Amino acid sequence: MRAERSVRRHLGVTLAAAVLAGLLVLVQAELLAGVLSGRFTAAALAVLAAVVGVRALLAWTQGVFAGRTATGVKSALRQRLLGRLRELGPARLAAHRSGELVTLAGRGLDGLDNYLTGYLPSIAVAAVVPVAVLVRLFTADLASAVIVLVTLPLIPVFGALVGMTTKAVTERQFQALSRLGGHFLDVVRGLPTLRAFGRARHQATVIRQVADAHRGATMRTLRVAFLSSLVLELCASLSLALVAVPIGLRLLGGSLDLTTALLVLLLAPEAYLPLRAMGTRFHASMEGVAAADAAFAVLDRSAEEPRREPARRPEAVETPETPETPETGGAPEIRLEHVTVRYPGRDGAALDNVSLTIGPRERVALVGESGGGKSTLLHLILGFVEPTEGRVLVDGTDLRDLDLAGWRARLAFVAQRPHLFATSVADNVRLGSPSASMEEIRAAAAAAHADFVEALPQGFDTVLGERGADLSAGQRQRIALARAFCRPDASVLLLDEPTARLDGRSEAAVVSATADLARDRTAVIVAHRPAMIDLADRVIRIHGGRVVSDTLRSPAPPPDGSAGEPRPSRGRTSDSGAGTVVAARREGSGR
Amino acid sequence: MNRRMGTRLFWAVLAGAAADLAGLGLIAAAAWLITRAAEQPPLAALSVAIVATRAFATGKGVFRYAERLTGHDVALRAQAGTRESLYEALIPPQRPRHGGADLLSRMVDDTDAVQDLLVRCLLPAAAAAIAGLAAVVIGLTILPVSALVLVAGLVLAGVLLPMGTAAAARRWSARIAPARAALAGRVADLVHGSADLAAYGADDEALARAQAAGEALAGLERRQARVHAAALAGGTLVQGLTVAGVVLLAQGAGADSVGTAVLALTSLVAFEPVLPLAAAGERMAGITAALRRLREVRASAPAVTEPAAPGPRPEAPLTVEIDDLVVRHPAPSHEERAGRPALDGVSLRLTPGRRVAIVGPSGAGKSTLLAALMRLVEPESGRVRVNGVDLRDLDGDDVRALMTGLTQDPYIFRASLRDNLRLAGPGADDEALRRAVRDARLEEWVERTGWDAELGEDGRTVSGGQLQRLALARALLYDPPVLLLDEPAEALDEETADRLMGDLLDVTRDRTTLLVTHRLKGLELVDEVIVLEEGRVVQRGHHDELVSTPGYYRDLWESEVLTRR
Repeated sequence: MRAERSVRRHLGVTLAAAVLAGLLVLVQAELLAGVLSGRFTAAALAVLAAVVGVRALLAWTQGVFAGRTATGVKSALRQRLLGRLRELGPARLAAHRSGELVTLAGRGLDGLDNYLTGYLPSIAVAAVVPVAVLVRLFTADLASAVIVLVTLPLIPVFGALVGMTTKAVTERQFQALSRLGGHFLDVVRGLPTLRAFGRARHQATVIRQVADAHRGATMRTLRVAFLSSLVLELCASLSLALVAVPIGLRLLGGSLDLTTALLVLLLAPEAYLPLRAMGTRFHASMEGVAAADAAFAVLDRSAEEPRREPARRPEAVETPETPETPETGGAPEIRLEHVTVRYPGRDGAALDNVSLTIGPRERVALVGESGGGKSTLLHLILGFVEPTEGRVLVDGTDLRDLDLAGWRARLAFVAQRPHLFATSVADNVRLGSPSASMEEIRAAAAAAHADFVEALPQGFDTVLGERGADLSAGQRQRIALARAFCRPDASVLLLDEPTARLDGRSEAAVVSATADLARDRTAVIVAHRPAMIDLADRVIRIHGGRVVSDTLRSPAPPPDGSAGEPRPSRGRTSDSGAGTVVAARREGSGR
Repeated sequence: MNRRMGTRLFWAVLAGAAADLAGLGLIAAAAWLITRAAEQPPLAALSVAIVATRAFATGKGVFRYAERLTGHDVALRAQAGTRESLYEALIPPQRPRHGGADLLSRMVDDTDAVQDLLVRCLLPAAAAAIAGLAAVVIGLTILPVSALVLVAGLVLAGVLLPMGTAAAARRWSARIAPARAALAGRVADLVHGSADLAAYGADDEALARAQAAGEALAGLERRQARVHAAALAGGTLVQGLTVAGVVLLAQGAGADSVGTAVLALTSLVAFEPVLPLAAAGERMAGITAALRRLREVRASAPAVTEPAAPGPRPEAPLTVEIDDLVVRHPAPSHEERAGRPALDGVSLRLTPGRRVAIVGPSGAGKSTLLAALMRLVEPESGRVRVNGVDLRDLDGDDVRALMTGLTQDPYIFRASLRDNLRLAGPGADDEALRRAVRDARLEEWVERTGWDAELGEDGRTVSGGQLQRLALARALLYDPPVLLLDEPAEALDEETADRLMGDLLDVTRDRTTLLVTHRLKGLELVDEVIVLEEGRVVQRGHHDELVSTPGYYRDLWESEVLTRR
């Protein structure tokens, strides 16, 4: 991937600049020691200034390229994440907490900044600079070098020791901290409820008590946790004293020259500094690692799941090699053969060996309690989910072999909670047919009884608020219906509880719009309310993933509304052989 | 901030400064020790420096430890104080704000800014200033002219550079924030609109738009990184050149090698606490914005004005009289016109034991009427009286003790089921809790869930119907003299809703009740039905009368009968 290669190059430049700048500190110390001891003339200060200039340049380079690395990595991750969101498809996306995904793609990835711009360069510096300092010290003064060499490992060792002993405690404390933040947010969000029951003022004292208790606990932990920084700080500063005092005494004895002494004094802290910097950066970057983990979890989890492969199909069925596009136009027959759908991580099947046939121009109402599998059935027909077992046939062709985009172009779908985009009403209506003219859009809206649009400030050009926030539920539903109307060529209508959450008047408008829309089309409507069920000429009741009843009824409601005669599912039942073939195929297709 | 906070802050600054000073002293003493030793004086001349070197080395670590402890203590206290004052500012009824839940969580995040301000900006800056001052004093005693160079360098790196980064960060965040919002919007489209996009074949285009928004953001961030890079380079440059300048001056002035070395090394180390201030400056933009938002929240006027001398709380039984009430919601932003009133001349009389139902399409003003009764909105004209006393002459909390119940958007707290219920009756015994649960038809669910079950945030483990019934149980437990019920059967399936409404009408018999609903079934049991449309009463009377006269109510009734069959 090109993007990743450029990220690697930027990271390389960042690390090189950081290490080079670290090494130049050695040169700087050398020059400064020489000038201070009088070995170099003041002219060496010009060289010193030049070195400082180069270091500044390197710092700038490091900063710029670290920024490029971070944005590059975040960008690449984000692109993959977004791509994966689309690949996951509506059915599997619904299993995620959607708010988290949005945060993850945005602010969540920013946590990586500290890791990429701070921690990674500090590792490189910590790996190179202390070694270089030690080498220089060994060539300059053996005794000091040995002191540094012996004390230097104390920093990571003590850091790790203290870190290990306090890790569990600090982690618990961080959880408590986020719980405290959560408590406060909880109370603020629930304020209207507290106010309604006269408990708002009482909660102010609770907030104080919780905060006080939390602070006490936190401080007790921090007293231990900060010991690690105490140890590191002491290690570094005492080592300096440990180096400086003997040097002074040896200077006194004349066994050491001033230049070397100053050089050692200037260099010794530089051996400890990178290690301490790495320690601090490590803690700051942990949040970023958690963000990356979350991102990779989304990417990995979805990668495990079987991908759509149009070429894969039951060997037992003879179908042409190329994906088929049945002639458009004309309402198709949709047939489910022994279809079972299981969602990963969920017990039980969402649909359990369902066989049924929906004839052309048949209007089917799917009824039954929520969670019974009605929406899954719609999602099967839409191609959002694939059968775990069995198959879905459209005019005799397996849906897996069909060009999915071509199939979906024949559908008009209204989701239970349709999403309206923050663009104009017109763009929202022509979502499925971008080339629709204004006349067509107006006609679609009129057919959907969305006459309220004309009353909006800019009519069809009105830009809707975030997630259509400024429209009522009924209005949003009607815009979604207009979307369906704006696809006059669609031959299959799929509606998911279009009248849930609507008041009586809005419901009547939507029901009448739906009746128009369903005319001359194959219609599958997940319905809750009787008025909607009345539109159908066949009612299928689904419970626990199974079809429990399948009744024909006359489209016009009889006065007392009793259902028509029951009849068995129309699908070819009791053909266990097909099931075995299907099962064998699934095994074969697992990668 | 009170005086004790000030004292704590003082100690934290002192500890930080002491740690920085110890670092400065360590290097100064070591430099003096070494250069003086090179002159080979008697050992006794060095003994003070030797002791000082060791003492400073120990002190540096210990003081740093003390600084971190005191600093975090102060920061935690300051954050707790900010949260408390924010909460107290939010207690009086608020005007609706744009942004809803997101705004609230951002407000809570904003209270972290105070902690950041103290620990990452103010304390380090104060300590750095003290350490810098000490370095300058050392310079003054050795060679005054070199102190000038040091002051210039320190001011450049510790004042001007952070000011520059703060300004740049402010400018960049103004450009980046819209790009971020755009990306979040596009991603939300991909996630929430996934079904619509896939079904209508618009997903490629939406993905491309989201990726473009991501690229736009990345481009801005890439350029923003230059600010940080420039600050990094600037700091390095100023530090190095200052040291070089100090040495040049010292040598030019003929200072001895001891003095020059001490000057050079203290100058070098004096920058150590100063250089991180540039990064603190970058943070300041976010912090000041957060603090400004908090100030605005605290300064915003509450939705209703409380009386200076509230009258005594009227005693039950209560008669509520609403006369010609007009309520207009303030325009949420300047661009939008104030709009028509939410309530436009509504009158209503609620005598003890009487039950009145309010029906009407969404947006008709039903909930606004309840809000006016609970003193959550200020009427534009007209008045509400309880036993003859105007609500405006009563304490808002007293009003809500008299008239409350099931409000719009009831909230489930992250607490046990029992505590969630008990907030409406802190003194209620188990029997009372059980009765409320039974009356709200929640018994079965409570049995299954358990009284001590923790309910999730946003009531995630609670379905819409259960949430509604839990809220109803709260209202019944609280048992106010006037019971207000806002759409108690909302989000329930048909069958449960019917049963709940039936029970509700049973339980509220002889209770003064105002019921907002859009379901008409069972309303023949209430004493009066009021039909609101566009803030006005368009019909009123008993169910039987309304059904027999043409109008909104009969239309609604017929469509309901039809949908029910």
